[in-house]
Amino acid sequence: MKKTWIITKRELASFFDSLTAYVMVVLFLGLSGIFTWLVGSNIFVNNQANMGVFFGIAFWSLFFFIPALTMKMVAEENRLGTIELLTTKDITDGQIIRGKFFACLILIFISLICTLPYYITISQLGNIDDGAVIGGYVGLLFLSGSYVAIGLFASSITTNQIVAFLVALFVGIFFHLLFDVMGTSTSGVLASFFNYLSMRVHFDSISRGVVDSRDLVYFGSIITMGLYLAELMLSKRNWQS
Amino acid sequence: MSIIVKNLTKKYGEQKAVNDISFKIETGEVVGFLGPNGAGKSTTMKMITCFMAPSNGNITVDDISVNENQSLIKKKIGYLPENNPLYFDMSIVDYLRFTAEIQGVSKSDIPGRIGEMIELCGLAREKHKNINELSKGFRQRVGLAQAMIHDPEVLILDEPTTGLDPNQIVEIRKLIKELGKQKTVILSSHILSEVEATCDRILIINRGRIVADGTSETLRSQADGQELLTVHIEAVNEELQKSLLGLGSVEKVSAIEDKPGFYSIQSKPNMESRKAIFDLCVKKKWYLLEMTGIETRLEDVFRDLTN
Repeated sequence: MKKTWIITKRELASFFDSLTAYVMVVLFLGLSGIFTWLVGSNIFVNNQANMGVFFGIAFWSLFFFIPALTMKMVAEENRLGTIELLTTKDITDGQIIRGKFFACLILIFISLICTLPYYITISQLGNIDDGAVIGGYVGLLFLSGSYVAIGLFASSITTNQIVAFLVALFVGIFFHLLFDVMGTSTSGVLASFFNYLSMRVHFDSISRGVVDSRDLVYFGSIITMGLYLAELMLSKRNWQS
Repeated sequence: MSIIVKNLTKKYGEQKAVNDISFKIETGEVVGFLGPNGAGKSTTMKMITCFMAPSNGNITVDDISVNENQSLIKKKIGYLPENNPLYFDMSIVDYLRFTAEIQGVSKSDIPGRIGEMIELCGLAREKHKNINELSKGFRQRVGLAQAMIHDPEVLILDEPTTGLDPNQIVEIRKLIKELGKQKTVILSSHILSEVEATCDRILIINRGRIVADGTSETLRSQADGQELLTVHIEAVNEELQKSLLGLGSVEKVSAIEDKPGFYSIQSKPNMESRKAIFDLCVKKKWYLLEMTGIETRLEDVFRDLTN
């Protein structure tokens, strides 16, 4: 755990040194702010004191931002050869991957904290359901964790950041949208199968403020699977051909 | 702190990068891996440092096998990879702190170790710069500093002097020699003079196999069976070459191009012809202006073995 935290610290410092962190926070706040407060079916049009609008926007903006954060995490180390420096030190491949995972997640957590003024403002405007708000934030964190894990896996299979970004989006869009669409266009067992795979179904369930073990298992499995595959790809150098 | 490599093989697909090599390195030795590009030097190093698992065979460092406890081995080894990859966005001090933490240097010792490394590698004036602002020579020093930060017993340096200017090369070599007094050092190079200048022992690797193993002197004497001389004789006699060949100990005489009067003479194996040449010159009243014995250079040994 200590070793994992050393990696996390370095990645976070790198986010803030390279302005990535600031760009991420500013873009995320800007986008979600505009759509929550100013344009489209914003809060004033809905005329309801809840954060559903914001969660709906964040659901999509995180989907695009996270691959941009994760794309360089392993690919760049593979390209520069720094992975060789890292893996020959007293640290395991799993610790490296998990360290990077937590760094991304913490940055997203920071971005989400920056949206707390939205909550404060809305709670002044009317009676807000705190359970749904907490559920929404927890849901966003689980969703982010899943996409970070998928992004790290995508980053670990290539030395090219663009490829990593596109692969992460490609894999992500299935969970984000396509399984949902397939779920509605099929019926019976197949429909419930696709529905179970759909991120939206589980996100909606959590953001109603109900934490169901089925949802936790779903997000937990995606995160574990993504991190496991990323670690597997990182240790590819040991494979015997 | 001995390193024992036994029947080590590494395959990349069908190709064997390292083919069944075995050797033993004792504590305090400075060993040079010498070989042409693609000979398997780096691959061998990558397996000793636990970066890659061997396809076959075993490596033990201090009786610990790379297949058993990598964490313990990694702690004992300091490694400078080829091309010296570094995190360019970090400052020297931050980077050294990061590596020290990963290698498990205790928190209270870290500032002291960083200070020592900065001193030892001559980085004092640059220490707050970012690594991307450094020249290649200084980056190489940072690479050495990170390899030594946890005071490892073994240092493995993959081409430590590539891309450095002659002054820097001399400095790095001096540093390696200094370190070699307390630590076991393995370095690789395709520059012969470098290995000759820094190493106690040389392993010549070619196409994944060890083709020679020994000190530079023993390697030279192995190839040194035949004496080679350059002579400069002033004579009007046309039969000079024939007369020289007439000497019992001489095997080959050839005139050196562009240098009239200079000849290169090779003696027969285990024979000596300097005195005979001198006597011949006296007898024929030629002037012997110069006679130089040529030491077999390591370059020639290397070329013989790897071609």
